[in-house]
Amino acid sequence: MKELHYDVLVIGAGAGGLAAAAEVAKHDATCALVERESHLGGILIQCIHNGFGLEEYKEELTGPEFAERLAVEVRNSAVDVYTDTTVTQLETETDDGLKIAYCFSAVYGVIRISARAVVLAMGCRERNRGNIRTPGTRPAGVYTAGLAQRLVNIEGYIPGKDVVIVGSGDIGLIMARRMTWVGATVHAVIEIQPYPSGLTRNIVQCLNDFDIPLYLSHVVSRIEGRDRVEKVRVSPLDNGIPDEDNSFDIPCDTLLLSVGLVPENELSKEAGVDINPQTNGALVDSTMMTSVDGVFSCGNVLHVHDLADWVAEEARRTGRYAVQYLRNKRPNRQVRIKAGANVRYINPTMFDPDNPDKLYFRSLIVKNQAKLHLKLDHNPVKEVKMSHIQPSEMLHVNLKPKDVASWNIMKDSVLEVSVE
Amino acid sequence: MASTDRSTARADVAIIGAGLSGSCIARQLSAYELDTVLLEKECDVSLGVSRANSGIVHGGFHHNLKYLKSRLEIRGNLMYDRLQRELDFPFKRCGILVVALNDEEMKYIDHLYTQGLENGAIGIEMCSRERMFELEPKLNSDCVGGLHAPGGGVLEPYRFVFSVVESAKKNGVEVLTKFEVERAERANEHYTIHAADGRTVEARYVVNAAGLYADRVSSIFGAEEFTITPRKGEYYLLDRATQAGPQRVLFPVPTKVSKGMLVIPTVEGTVLIGPTAEEIEDKEDLSTNADQLAQILDQARKMVPKVSQTDVITAFSGLRPASGDGDFYIDISKKAPNFIQVAGIQSPGLTAAPAIGEYVKDLLKKAGCSLSEKSDYDPFISKLPRIRDVSPYEADALVASNPAYGNVVCRCEEISEAEIVEAIKRGHATLDGVKYFTRAGMGRCQGGFCSYKIMKLLMRETGMSYREIQKRGAGTELLQDAL
Repeated sequence: MKELHYDVLVIGAGAGGLAAAAEVAKHDATCALVERESHLGGILIQCIHNGFGLEEYKEELTGPEFAERLAVEVRNSAVDVYTDTTVTQLETETDDGLKIAYCFSAVYGVIRISARAVVLAMGCRERNRGNIRTPGTRPAGVYTAGLAQRLVNIEGYIPGKDVVIVGSGDIGLIMARRMTWVGATVHAVIEIQPYPSGLTRNIVQCLNDFDIPLYLSHVVSRIEGRDRVEKVRVSPLDNGIPDEDNSFDIPCDTLLLSVGLVPENELSKEAGVDINPQTNGALVDSTMMTSVDGVFSCGNVLHVHDLADWVAEEARRTGRYAVQYLRNKRPNRQVRIKAGANVRYINPTMFDPDNPDKLYFRSLIVKNQAKLHLKLDHNPVKEVKMSHIQPSEMLHVNLKPKDVASWNIMKDSVLEVSVE
Repeated sequence: MASTDRSTARADVAIIGAGLSGSCIARQLSAYELDTVLLEKECDVSLGVSRANSGIVHGGFHHNLKYLKSRLEIRGNLMYDRLQRELDFPFKRCGILVVALNDEEMKYIDHLYTQGLENGAIGIEMCSRERMFELEPKLNSDCVGGLHAPGGGVLEPYRFVFSVVESAKKNGVEVLTKFEVERAERANEHYTIHAADGRTVEARYVVNAAGLYADRVSSIFGAEEFTITPRKGEYYLLDRATQAGPQRVLFPVPTKVSKGMLVIPTVEGTVLIGPTAEEIEDKEDLSTNADQLAQILDQARKMVPKVSQTDVITAFSGLRPASGDGDFYIDISKKAPNFIQVAGIQSPGLTAAPAIGEYVKDLLKKAGCSLSEKSDYDPFISKLPRIRDVSPYEADALVASNPAYGNVVCRCEEISEAEIVEAIKRGHATLDGVKYFTRAGMGRCQGGFCSYKIMKLLMRETGMSYREIQKRGAGTELLQDAL
């Protein structure tokens, strides 16, 4: 068995893994980047629409272009890249503190990589029909939106011609437009919530511009068709329950599901990483380090982001923190952050008063002219006006050193983040 | 086979239906100097009743010995260890617990225990509440006691059928798929069996193991008239990461109509809950229904409160072929000569299947079929390595022998390209065929990541075009056009 050693092992070469690995190399640590697909960039390469890079590169790029920028950084660095290589096992409880990953590769066989630090950047997977428990038959023609996107944009195949999309997440919206462009008819997008799950710009550009109806507070309550999808039953929700009397059928041959994403933390859990039930991602401290010493997490495996730009930003920080860890530069103190009223979660769950950073969070409410409150030990310390908040849009706040300098931080202080 | 002619095959015995019963009968007969042909209407074996059931090797206490099904269950159970050694399928004798939630139910446990003793169920024990929690800490605190049958176990029914069929083929049985029996006539001591597509098979003896359609097949051959009623059972499959996975199969105290809804730790580490029991009419109706599915979670939680709907990765249903009196109907036809009925094989059909193979072999002998043992019968099939089952060092050696073992195609179940290619080579050339043979696509992402890769492997290995790639047979084509 081939055995290798690096300072840092980065698992996954999507936006997060690429940015983290590039940053590790920039700070003169050795780094292995392991990716199960044959290309770099992860799911970005099938996102051929634009809207990427506005924050990271200050210009509008497509997904593949955005991935290429990051990949070039990595290729021009000292990072050793292993594509077509799958990590199947990650051991973190070793006598010498090294992390051990076993990786499958058709070229190298099984590789044993030991590293002093690991950055988890495996991304997320799509929720599927089983997860939303849609009854009915099990015919051909039911796809997750991401799989359909792969089939159309990379493989060049069209899965069906008469399409209904469940869920108004961004991938679903993008696919509504894409399927229309390849000649299919998209009959409807069905959203269980009373508000869209995707970005507003996507509602406008992918549905409204093509007159595709969006049914809010509706569900697909049944799939019919023995061999191939023949129709779906659409039901309005009445107090959260499908209203049979006002249900209607939409004939179609294809059902695309865009019903949420779940961080892929199976490897993390096996490695002993504690998971936040609110995000299904790791619990991380101010340095993006998980509950396992030397194991870091960033990007969509930590929490599902709206924008790849934010993944890259978070991952760069994580790469830097991983290198600091190698050099025993750890925060002197960390303050716990708590999700307060109307906040579903906040990431990371700690901040370093000597080196405050960006916090990402999600609201539980829909509101215009909202306010963000930061309270330290119940005392208001910062307030930010937000023009619009809704659960499907990730929000952030920057903690600045000058803010924090004036705060009266005690040993057991807690920072509470709430919105109203 | 005596003849290699594609349109007409001649056989001593034709078995109709390649499910659990038919395939076990075929393998049993493959030990003898007989030309045996196994006819299956679907595109692959094990796609009917045998595809979707609880996968339980029962513990021998549910039925009275006066029933044939009970006698075959006892015998069949004992045959599984040897079969596992010969046929390389995942099987675990994890044991069974019947959970009593009140004193009334405990009385019925007493009855099951006595029945189990009479049946000779090995190791069966009555359990106090304390003993039950020792055996299964995840039980509902309402449990007052129960029954433990250590001889019960779990397997994947289709995986078992695949192995049985492979063994039968290795020993000379011919398997014809997409062979839907349409009519038959008898002349010169032979039946001529016609398929819907025009192919014919001649056979001296016919075994009707047609599952849900055994009534129709019986009628086609002019044998007994009876009715098989589909009884639908719906299931939820839970992710292997669930907190609700028990150590043993958990049964509630049975009702008059069914054994109730179970919590099953599957042999592959996932957890299956169900089935419901609903008499329906349509033998093709495999839909799931909101009201039925809701019952499953409720019933499962009565035994294991930690069952959570967030762990659900898929729902499916299976149909049990119920006959009138509830017992198996396995006998020599009194109307059609040299025709053996194997009908009404509902629970415990999986447990009994190997014993059904023996029993039908004896019935054929009784009907006049001469049985002489083959000198070169080989009960073993070659083991197929699975990367998820081996150590990293063993896996490294596998990759050295075949690099495709290093390409992990299905990340959730850790299935390599080599395993998928092998499935396709063995004729499982649909997405579902690959899934049932290898488990690729059966995990938590339900094929979201690997489906397109498997489609490409199917095209590469078989030369099919994209339009020919199917989920599970004609009409289930997955891709409609190309850019």
